[in-house]
Amino acid sequence: MELEEHLFRHEAGRLVAVLARLFGIQNLALAEDVVQDAFCRALETWKFHGIPTNPAGWLVATAKHRALDVLRRERTARKFAPEFQRQLESEWTLKPAVDEAFDGGGINDAVLSVMFSCVHPQLREETQVALILNVLCGFGIGETAAAFLANTAAIEKRIARAKKTLAQSRRLFDVDSADEVAGRLPAVQRAVYLLFNEGYHGASRESAVRTDLCEEALRLVRLLVGHRLTATSGTHALAALLNFHAARLPGRLDADGNLVLLVDQDRSHWHTGRIVEGERELELSAVGTELTTYHLEAAIAAVHAHARSIAETDWDAIVSLYDALMRIQPTPVVALNRAVAVAQRDGPARGLEEISRIENRERLARYPFLFTAIGEFQLSLGDLAEARQSFGTALALARSPAETRFLRQRLARCAAGREARQTAVDLPGH
Amino acid sequence: MSEFMLLYRNTNEAFRETMGSPEKVQQSMTKWRAWMNEMMEKGQLRNIGQPLERVGKVVGGKNRSVTDGPYAEAKDVVGGYSIIEARDLEQAAQVASGCPVLEAGGSVEIRPVMQLNL
Repeated sequence: MELEEHLFRHEAGRLVAVLARLFGIQNLALAEDVVQDAFCRALETWKFHGIPTNPAGWLVATAKHRALDVLRRERTARKFAPEFQRQLESEWTLKPAVDEAFDGGGINDAVLSVMFSCVHPQLREETQVALILNVLCGFGIGETAAAFLANTAAIEKRIARAKKTLAQSRRLFDVDSADEVAGRLPAVQRAVYLLFNEGYHGASRESAVRTDLCEEALRLVRLLVGHRLTATSGTHALAALLNFHAARLPGRLDADGNLVLLVDQDRSHWHTGRIVEGERELELSAVGTELTTYHLEAAIAAVHAHARSIAETDWDAIVSLYDALMRIQPTPVVALNRAVAVAQRDGPARGLEEISRIENRERLARYPFLFTAIGEFQLSLGDLAEARQSFGTALALARSPAETRFLRQRLARCAAGREARQTAVDLPGH
Repeated sequence: MSEFMLLYRNTNEAFRETMGSPEKVQQSMTKWRAWMNEMMEKGQLRNIGQPLERVGKVVGGKNRSVTDGPYAEAKDVVGGYSIIEARDLEQAAQVASGCPVLEAGGSVEIRPVMQLNL
């Protein structure tokens, strides 16, 4: 019997969520202890007796058993979840209440409740994402710090403080309240989007693409599309966007871990199942009048996903979609992406022109992709000296070894004086 | 061939390291299963043994004083045991050197099972 990949990590988030729901959010630490305890028992017994046929079921049963223990032993000493308080007081209702909380639907609802709770308005966005990663995705403190390229002690402090804020919120977020869900859903969508982006474009040392983070974001967005109140048109659009991008993950790095530009990616490596899921989600997002940035970004990603090559890509459609995106999100990064699309349609000279017209371009001063894009256009035009300078600036700003290697190759190409093909830069999100 | 008891000893730090994150638990589990399977395939495992709870009691001395575990003051705690078969103590030590408990900083105590040759 082989263990499913990341089984403990996935179960950790689900179990902590259910237990936090039963114990009350103020007892989050107790919930984490119970899960830790169940894992410890699993480790000790499976080592000797082998892995059971249903490992996840074993963990759920063990955590449930421990939860009943804790609820019985501490019901006079502690205040548990206010909404369960009455049921937990009597042996008649205790067991059925716990059973219900631990069934499949109960677990999913609990994960959503905790997800919404983590996106607490008093917490900064990056803290919300770190908290979700730690509490719901089962990343340890060290692993969370690595995901953000942050110092472990700093992340530990930040998460501890965030958990205090969480514990002080009187109760867990109610995902059955339409008003409350509607109010916080955009922030939750944004946190999932940021988590995905951290994986896709993260400045991680080990690898330019942290597939794990992308997978976690996909898991969370699937939960959001599975609940009647959170499955809005915007959520479907977000799910479409993440699936289209995730479909390209297998092509973004070569065997040596080097970044591969969109133009050079072997499209046969793209993940067809995810493209199909993306299409289905995009269809589901096309209801109502809501038009979010996710709709437009998903539509752009869909055009790429459907094109067999760069040459066959409908750049006209992409430029129009960027025009629409600029109307609701006029940021320099969106403008830069648009300029790259224009260059694909009308040539590198037009790309440079568009870049020179970007408003607030100084906000991109530390953004390596700006100089990479400029360098690519200059290289295509044969302006080798300028291109070398642009790639040099980008190199100084590179955030991962993969970016550094990529830019060194570009510099070598300038030095060799070879004419580069016209290329598209696979630019990050916004 | 002789029998040897392996006592898996874990320090508190080693335990914390192993339980550091769900992913670390999974990695440790995978290593333990691989190691146990390897011993089994090579016919070295006489009795896979049992894990031991981390709590317990100690009855000590002539006055039979009973003290509680867990043994916070103890350097390390026996977390389980197995019985293996080996030619001699050296070979048993070599088998034990593959034990995953060592990776987190724990240790394996190897004790020959005493044979009664009447």
